[in-house]
Amino acid sequence: MAEYWNISPGLEAKAKAFLSAKPEADVNLDFEIGVKDFVNAGKGSAEVKNVLKRLGVDPVVLRRIAVASYEAEINVTAHSNGGIMHSYVYADLVYIRFEDKGPGIADIEQAMVPGWSTADELVREMGFGAGLGLPNIQKNSDLLHIESVAGGSTTLEIIIYYA
Amino acid sequence: MILKEIVTLLEADVLTSNADLDKEVPCAFASDLISDILMCTKEPTLLLTGLTNPQVIRLSDMIDLLGIVFVRGKVPPAELVQMAEERNLVLISTKLTMYRSSGILYNTGLRSCKI
Repeated sequence: MAEYWNISPGLEAKAKAFLSAKPEADVNLDFEIGVKDFVNAGKGSAEVKNVLKRLGVDPVVLRRIAVASYEAEINVTAHSNGGIMHSYVYADLVYIRFEDKGPGIADIEQAMVPGWSTADELVREMGFGAGLGLPNIQKNSDLLHIESVAGGSTTLEIIIYYA
Repeated sequence: MILKEIVTLLEADVLTSNADLDKEVPCAFASDLISDILMCTKEPTLLLTGLTNPQVIRLSDMIDLLGIVFVRGKVPPAELVQMAEERNLVLISTKLTMYRSSGILYNTGLRSCKI
């Protein structure tokens, strides 16, 4: 199993404490993500953004959350055998976990390199496959954690604080 | 610059029926790569693109797009126009290329959006 962590400086202890406690969320939304389903891809992220907008989260933070979540949703759509997006909304943060059914990321460090992509022709024709998905998720989130089993499933978790 | 001026400068057609062309546009961004466009998280922006699939409209659910200009004569399918109308998003189509459209707007004072 391969693993990747990135946490914004100063938030390491707080974010890891949250992950080990995982308290009950105020709002919990789950979305199924279909294989290459580019008609519905992004609906989950849009829905989470709407919930957070109603809570009064700052527009710039909202866009960061939406972009990180959308890129991850697209990754599952474009590269996996389908999966689920679990979203948990709290008073001070949003925690989103993507779980797919494989086929796993062969080399996570390589996948983090801007411009590197395994996207196929169909995905590229739609404007994806720039190789910026994971870097964009990292740039916009306070915590990014990826766990992947070669030939098996991948879990990607993000946490973003509202302030 | 307001949308109406942009439509005139690009000799463009407005595709959405409920378009508010008096909307002020402070800046623009041009790309055919979705991850590139998603770098515009700092301010509302006008998008110039050659992409005409539904994910382009979905982008406006994530970042704040003031409108989309489809370049080099591309016209999106009807369901995409409907998706845009549901979101009050203005769609414009120009025969000019992305390079030429961007050049005209930039020279007229429309700045690049902050990324």
